[in-house]
Parts: sequence; structure tokens; C-alpha cells
Amino acid sequence: MSRPLYIEGGRVVDPSQDIDDLAAVLVVDGRIEAVGADISKPDDAETLDATGLTISPGLIDVHVHLREPGGEHKEDIATGSKAAIAGGFTTIWAMPNTDPPIDDPAAVGYVRAAGRAVRASRVMPIGAASIGQQGEKMTEIGELVHAGAVAVSDDGHPVRNSGLMRRLLEYTQTFDIPVLQHAEDPGLTHGGVMNEGRVATELGLRGIPNAAEAAMVARDVLLSELTGGHLHVCHVSARQSVDHLRWAKDRGLAVTSEVTPHHLILTEELVRGYNTQAKVNPPLRLEEDVVAVREALVEGVIDVIATDHAPHHYDEKEREFDDAPFGINGLETAFGLCMQALVDPGYMTLSGLIDRMSCGPARIMGLPTGSLRRGAPADIVLYAPEEKWIVDPARFHSRSRNTPLAGRELTGRIQTTIVGGEIRFVAEGDA
Amino acid sequence: MSEKRKESGLGKDLVGLENVSGETIQAILDTAEPFKEISERAIKKVPVLRGKTIVNLFFEPSTRTRISFEFAEKRLGADTVNVAASGSSVVKGETLVDTARNLEAMRIDMVVIRHGSSGAAQFLADRIPSNVINGGDGQHEHPTQALLDMLTLRDSFGRIEGLKVCIVGDIVHSRVARSNIYGLQKSGAEVAVCGPRSLIPTRIEEMGVQVFTHIEDAIQWADSLNVLRLQLERMNAGFIPSLREYNRVYGVTQERLDKAPREIVVLHPGPMNRGVEIDSTVADGPQSVILSQVTNGVAVRMAVLYLLAGGAPERAEEAKKGEE
Repeated sequence: MSRPLYIEGGRVVDPSQDIDDLAAVLVVDGRIEAVGADISKPDDAETLDATGLTISPGLIDVHVHLREPGGEHKEDIATGSKAAIAGGFTTIWAMPNTDPPIDDPAAVGYVRAAGRAVRASRVMPIGAASIGQQGEKMTEIGELVHAGAVAVSDDGHPVRNSGLMRRLLEYTQTFDIPVLQHAEDPGLTHGGVMNEGRVATELGLRGIPNAAEAAMVARDVLLSELTGGHLHVCHVSARQSVDHLRWAKDRGLAVTSEVTPHHLILTEELVRGYNTQAKVNPPLRLEEDVVAVREALVEGVIDVIATDHAPHHYDEKEREFDDAPFGINGLETAFGLCMQALVDPGYMTLSGLIDRMSCGPARIMGLPTGSLRRGAPADIVLYAPEEKWIVDPARFHSRSRNTPLAGRELTGRIQTTIVGGEIRFVAEGDA
Repeated sequence: MSEKRKESGLGKDLVGLENVSGETIQAILDTAEPFKEISERAIKKVPVLRGKTIVNLFFEPSTRTRISFEFAEKRLGADTVNVAASGSSVVKGETLVDTARNLEAMRIDMVVIRHGSSGAAQFLADRIPSNVINGGDGQHEHPTQALLDMLTLRDSFGRIEGLKVCIVGDIVHSRVARSNIYGLQKSGAEVAVCGPRSLIPTRIEEMGVQVFTHIEDAIQWADSLNVLRLQLERMNAGFIPSLREYNRVYGVTQERLDKAPREIVVLHPGPMNRGVEIDSTVADGPQSVILSQVTNGVAVRMAVLYLLAGGAPERAEEAKKGEE
């Protein structure tokens, strides 16, 4: 057994227990033992000085792409997991759209084991919803769950077939896992590469209308109503999708959803000049969409923030816009960008943000983490919420550097990340 | 090439008309005037660009634009090389940026690029020091086509300011349409587009463009129609049901033109689909200026080459006489 860890001098923000106070945190045997202003330090404890820092439950990201196997030139499980702890994430859910896709128990087991071996963020595999992510035949979901899968998804692509989506939402109930849906009607996307609107019209780029997403969200919430299955809508970007999600929440359906940091603040204007770093799917949309998804997140109509971390190699983005892949490298900028998008302008409190990035994901997905309550796994993040820093992709822990935020000043810097009571990340210069 | 803007107002490149001022467009058209005469001579060659090396980098098939540029370059005395996508290193998987850098390493002065992806010309211009001229990028811009259209309109009407020009047809896939919208608006013309909504881009009204869904209404409104080619692929991709129906609903026919309150001038950037977007009686009739467009294309491209090479608009007349 390792020595107890005593974190003192910091401000604890834990919305799961409604705590926002100066307090110490005691970790024993990898679990939270106590949180409070007057807890005493055991004689044998290792001390971590958190003076000037804020202490919260570790961030949880239910949507990342780690690219292994098959895309190791972009990222692998090790580099992705290290990028995650550098970004304050103690748990990440790995999407199965690798090459080959994670659609059998051996592949799920591999991702899980490889994630554990890195000893960085907790890596939880998501299994493919259909074999080969082809959208035709359901995977052996029970076997995938047995091997460690926490959800199923064909992300990268939508589950297009309504009948298959219905069966997924029914069958997954046996295992109490959600179906994560990349909501996009391919007939409406039609080869689009950015938001359909003024900028696409001017640039002569094919557009993806809001309806491509919202139409499928509408269908899927109806299927959740029909089946009672847990639908989780990935990366909501369109204001019309929010209307359908609100409809679902009002009826108490088992529907949850996420929004990415970039959709909370960036717009299609960033694509001007054919900026492939801003090419992402779903695309960056209009200010009115940004406002709608932000308000939905504040209200709780959208439950959580997830990065959709999508690393791509430099050469792949250094191309004609049509030919560059979709995706933004998100893990290491997520917290800073969310602080800037939500907390700095006063749309949300810091505690509210921690709920959407930690407690919320744990709550909707039924995880034991995302809280500093006694007995919870000691997944903790220490950060300086007001510290300004400039995004320098050359310093990313991710193998890729594809971000439209290079050179941008963000607010809120991750200082130390603790997983299961073990200090796994300390920011450079503070070690 | 120096960073300073030339006397014409052009920068290093001509990527599109979006970022070119009305005065600069005027200067290009004025510069084209004296160059028109070169192509009428027995010996069609002046030494304006002698010693300059120009690469025509065509990633998409093109006959008219490529030949027009090549004539313009050769009649100004430049050395030219044509690179077509098929049979080049592109089919071996070389990226656009590598192709460009390799050409640059051979010490060229200018590149004319035609490419199927919107933004390809800008991409190239941002990465090499040579002058880059956009010969058409995807569905974005085709600036020299719009300039030659405008020169032709100016020849017909004596002015561009105040004209009402309607672009007819497949606007959503048209680089010609976008360049014409920018160029005409900057020159004081009013621009409309006409076609089925399935071929009109979203929110084009925000560019200050009027939209007609009936060709009859466009004909009532316009001084000139610029009729775009309707590509067969559009029918196959489901944008319209058939070419026959397109002709019936949107075809520019003499019968329709005869109902106009004024004599409409008809342009077409070519190549034409006779009997689809335009009837032969119109294409070959007195209201058509389609072949003048082709003639003007060479002069406009000469003007652009001359100005990008550092020539001054007011010296074009002397330059073409060979006084360097």
C-alpha cells in the first residue's frame, strides 16, 4: 500500500457535494478518505501543497479518438492518455472507429489493457455498435461489455438504419449501457465539408445543414421514447437539435447529450481562408447555434461537455480543404477553452463547469468517479482557474497538433492530475 | 517578388475578385484594351514578358481557359510550360504543396492553377513566392473569366455601372458565378441569379444578390444574361430531374428573349450545351456576344499577366510596342 496523500492549502470545488471552500483532501489506498477544513494529516502521509490552486474531481471525457490501432501516426493509446491527464482528464472513453474498428471482445480487451499499462488517464473502451461499423449487423454487445466496453457507438458515422437503431436501444438495456449516436443524415450531408451558410456559399465549399444533425436527433429521441433505451447524442452543434433534446428532457426520456468545447465558442467564420484546422464534423456553425448550445448546457438540456478529441497528422491537414480530414485536437485545450467560453463571461460558475466536465459525465454514465465523496476513487485535478496561458501546439502531449487555437490565450491551467490516488501529471515548471 | 502592392492595386496574386477593389478591376479592364490589338496583328507577339517563366498547372481538364492563358503568355513573349494532372507526379500521389515547391525550385515566375478543390489557388499562393493566378478553383472563383465577361459587357454597353446582370443556371457549383458577383458588384452593377433552388447556394441573398426562380422574371429584369453551362453530372446527382425539363423551364430561348422589355445581351462562359441551357438560335443570334468573350479572354489574361509582373496600367500602350 502506498502512503496516504494529504492535499492542503487549496480551494475544493466539488459540485457533487455542493462544496466550494478552502479545504484539505485526504487520500488513503487510492480512495477519498476525507475532505474538510479541519481534517488532520496522518503522520505517514505525503503532502501536496495546493496553495493558490483549486481542487476538483478529475475531468471525464466520454468522447475521444485515440487512433490505435491503425492510426498510430496521429495518436496512440499512450500519447492520447498522456494528453488527457495533461488536460485534467482522469477518465476518457475511447471511440471504436479505429482500423480495424473495435467490434469484438479481443479488441475491447486490448484497448483496456493498453490503457492500463500507460498509467495515465483511465481509458475506457467504447465498442462498435455494428460489425465493422458498417451499420448493418449488431455487434456481440454482451461480449463487448464483458470485455470492458462501457458503451456502443458507430461514431465517425451515424447509425443510419432506423430499424438497427431501434434494436440497439432495446438490446443495450440488458447491459445498462448507452448508445452513443453521431447524429447526421448522410443524405443531407452529401459530401459537405463545413457549415451550410453564408461562408460556405462565399468559399464555394459544400455545406452541411443544421437539419442533417437535427433530423437524426429528432428520429433518435422518438426511438428512445419507443424503446426506453439510453440514447446519448454526441457533439450537438445545431440549435434545432436542442429543441428536440428539450422535448425529450421534458418528457423524462432516457436521453442525454454532449457538446464540444469548440462548438461552445467558435463559429464558421474561422473557416475563412480555407483553414483546415477549423474543419470538423459536425462543423462549426453560427453564433446563434453557439448561443443555443451554450444555453442548453447551462440549463442542463445538454448534459455534459466532451472534447471529440480528433488528432490528425500535420500532413493530413496541410492539404486542399476538401481533402483534409475532419477533427480538432481537444484534450489539452478543453478546460481552458471552456473557462473562456462559459466561466469568464459569467454564463456559468466554476462549480457549474466542473459539473459539466466531471460530475455530470459520471452521473449520466453511472461512473463511481466525478466526486470527492468519501470512498470514491481518488481521481483529482488541481488547477489554477484564473491563470492565462497561450496555446502552443508544439508543447502538446498528444502526438498531433491540429488545433485552430494555436497562439490563442486561454484561461485556466491544469497543474496536477491524480488518478486512483497516484500523481500522474504535474505541469512543467512546477515539478 | 516584393510585398508592396503594384501600381495597379493587385497584390502578388490574383486568387479571386473578392479581395480586389473596383478601381483595380477598372485598371485591369483598361489595361486589357490596348492588348486586344496584339491578337489582331499578323505577328502576334510582343516582348513584354520576355524571359519570364510561367507554369500552367491544370489539375482539371480545360480547353478554353488553358489555351487562352497560353496564347496570352506566348503573345507577351513568356516561356511557358503546361502541366496537366494526368501523366504528372500528381497521379503518383504527390501533394499539391510538394508539386508547387518543386516547380518553385526550378525558379519560375508565375503559376496559373486550375484545380477541382475550392481554395487550392489560395493554398498555393500562401506557400510559394511566385505570382499565382487562379484559373478556376473548385466552386470558388474564376477571376479571369469574370473579368473577360465584364470587358465584354463594357464593350456592349459602354459601361458596367448601373447594369442589371442575371447569372442563370447552376450557381451552386459555379466559380464563374461567384467571381462575377464580386466583380460586377464592385463595378456598380446589380446582380441577380436565376435557377431552381436546388442549384442556388444557401443564403446567397446575403451577398446582395437577387434570386429569381423563374427565367421569365429574370428576363423582365435584366440587361444581360450570363448563361452558365449545366453539367450532366448535376442531373445524375439529383439536383434536377432531366436536361429536357431543365431546357423547358430554364432554357434561354429566342421566344423568351423576345418578351423582354429591352434588347438583352447574352453571355455564356462555355462550353455550351446547345438545346439545354441555351438554344442555338440565341447562341448564334445577334444578341449573343459569346465569341467576343473568347477574344476578350486573351486580352484580359494578358493584362493580368502584365500587371502581376509589375507593369503599370498607363504604360501598357507603350509596353506592347516593345519599348521596355
